[in-house]
Amino acid sequence: MPTHHQGSPGQPSCEVKLPQRQENAPRLTEASAVPGPQLAGARAVVAARTYADFTQQATFDIKKCDVHKLEEGPPLTSTLTREDGLKYYRTMQTMRRMELKADQLYKQKIIRGFCHLYDGQEACAVGIEAGINLTDHLITAYRAHGYTLTRGGTVREIMAELTGRRGGIAKGKGGSMHMYAKNFYGGNGIVGAQGQIFETYNMASLWKLPCIFICENNKYGMGTSVERAAASTDYYKRGDFIPGLRVDGMDVLCVKEATKFAADFCRSGKGPILMELQTYRYHGHSMSDPGVSYRTREEIQEVRSKSDPISMLKDRMLNNNMASVEELKEIDIEVRKEIEDAAQFATTDPEPPLEDLCNHIFYNEPPMDVRGTNPWSKLKSMS
Amino acid sequence: MAALRCFLRSGKPAMEVTVRDALNQAMDEELERDDRVFLLGEEVAQYDGAYKVSRGLWKKYGDKRIIDTPITEMGFAGIAVGSAMAGLRPICEFMTFNFSMQAIDQVINSAAKTYYMSAGLQSVPIVFRGPNGASAGVAAQHSQCFAAWYGHCPGLKVVSPWNSEDARGLLKSAIRDDNPVVFLENELMYGVPFELSEEAQSKDFTVPIGKAKIERQGNHITLVSHSRMVGHCLDAAAVLAKEGIECEVINLRTIRPMDIETIEASVIKTNHLVTVEGGWPQFGVGAEICARIMEGPAFNYLDAPAVRVTGVDIPMPYAKILEDHSVPQIKDIMFSVKKTLNV
Repeated sequence: MPTHHQGSPGQPSCEVKLPQRQENAPRLTEASAVPGPQLAGARAVVAARTYADFTQQATFDIKKCDVHKLEEGPPLTSTLTREDGLKYYRTMQTMRRMELKADQLYKQKIIRGFCHLYDGQEACAVGIEAGINLTDHLITAYRAHGYTLTRGGTVREIMAELTGRRGGIAKGKGGSMHMYAKNFYGGNGIVGAQGQIFETYNMASLWKLPCIFICENNKYGMGTSVERAAASTDYYKRGDFIPGLRVDGMDVLCVKEATKFAADFCRSGKGPILMELQTYRYHGHSMSDPGVSYRTREEIQEVRSKSDPISMLKDRMLNNNMASVEELKEIDIEVRKEIEDAAQFATTDPEPPLEDLCNHIFYNEPPMDVRGTNPWSKLKSMS
Repeated sequence: MAALRCFLRSGKPAMEVTVRDALNQAMDEELERDDRVFLLGEEVAQYDGAYKVSRGLWKKYGDKRIIDTPITEMGFAGIAVGSAMAGLRPICEFMTFNFSMQAIDQVINSAAKTYYMSAGLQSVPIVFRGPNGASAGVAAQHSQCFAAWYGHCPGLKVVSPWNSEDARGLLKSAIRDDNPVVFLENELMYGVPFELSEEAQSKDFTVPIGKAKIERQGNHITLVSHSRMVGHCLDAAAVLAKEGIECEVINLRTIRPMDIETIEASVIKTNHLVTVEGGWPQFGVGAEICARIMEGPAFNYLDAPAVRVTGVDIPMPYAKILEDHSVPQIKDIMFSVKKTLNV
């Protein structure tokens, strides 16, 4: 099996081309030659492929970002290490499977209330996190499960929160839309407020606040297409005096480069910047919305087959020998197991204790009484 | 739905209609009756309504009468108020009243106070409607009851229907009213069917705003409630009746202006009062009722302090076991009745 790129960190990497079989390419050693068919064939092949067989790093062309009030935009190529590629693949796959499991649990009525799923948009959360640090601060709206994961929540905690159990990331008290982590401010249910965003743009720009405003443009506001809701759908320009980027939100590398660019912009003291990520959600707005009354199944299928973020990364890595089919399958199996284990936890962990009902009203306060449903009911509240 | 309407027109006897359909029919009839009436809000037109309350209306009345707005409450509430000032009769839907907080300045400062500030020059015939209060599992930001907040403000009428007859009659009255009306529906009631009498099915059937209804007669204690909790009170009353306790159950129907006279007359008869609401206790509907009872003639007829059954004084938790314990249950009502009666 020929290896095309022998790049490693520090070495300049070369242009991506489709691998060509070269006659005098170095042969694999005997020990790592592909063994004959046998029962544990797949496993043996994985074991036989050593670290050095894979391309360690490759550079990919990414879509040019449209820019607003900027001299130049993010780079047109992105360098991906094998390690990062596998990490992004695993995280996006985990996110995907977690959301699909949530769909299942919701239909079984084990998850209740509102549930807004993120599948299709994985490249956004993963790409953004790849461009910033965990010490940066992030806040989002109700479609928050993906960000909860990238910001440090575990699948177990997220799923147990969805099922309303004491092991949930908010002890079962928040639910789907109200998940928090360090430097992650949720998870917020009340959105829209187009006026408020302009107020925020004004102050951020006036005071040069290092803030990246991100619009995940998934083409629909609940059941209304952006064309029916926005006088201008060039959301990346809506910051007016704030520079903006329009980014391919289905490509994790494009999102990563744009985020790095935006973060550098802010950190260098230039003030706020706006990023519009063009993305898509496979599910409807929430689990109560079948998602097909205002868009066609053909449209959803087309995005799935042509622009799926996980497939895009997978193809890139396979086509450039950065990973093997078996290796990725292995990750899929591990992810599936992690989700199953989390779902098991989420469905067996007990609900929060009644003693917790009135806790967490105030921070840093002595214990107090809270009125129950009637005047004889005095409940305890701890900080 | 067309078949159902033919049924109604032919004046058949009482039939079962869900609260959702009652609201739908009321709006349909008022849209037909008066060209100036129109509906605007998120997903009200092409989506048929987030909770399907406006199903079929866009198909029947088109873009000019049923208007989908962007997700922008302050903006479209303002537009609605302006249109009311200029002579139209808007029905402004908030997908839930939690979202009305984004627009509350328009409801209070632009709608409620204007007739007063203009000394009678400028009226605002607008209806703000949508689901209010707790639902099931929708957590803290989507479960608040706004009856007390809106009921606090002079210039606003605030209405809270319970069953289909309430929903139908009060919505028609609200739309025909020349003043701003906050119309608090309840998501959990939308699918519940109730019998609508022949009279209630007629196109000119209205329920007067500002008048409570005695849903059940009783001699031992007065239960006053609004919206979904009226059902809980009736259920509690049925169980208590087996123990020989006869509750009089009053359905407030209107929060503001409150029909305190009906409550007073009842308390004078029963000598005991328990108010029941889904909202928080502090400064709530029950608190107002108790205060007014103390200030009025009924106080001297009380044999025990008036008592409020309310939601627990916490943001609404998500987990089912916690949520169940955050809202009044039938057993809480029964417990309070017995404590008040000292039995």
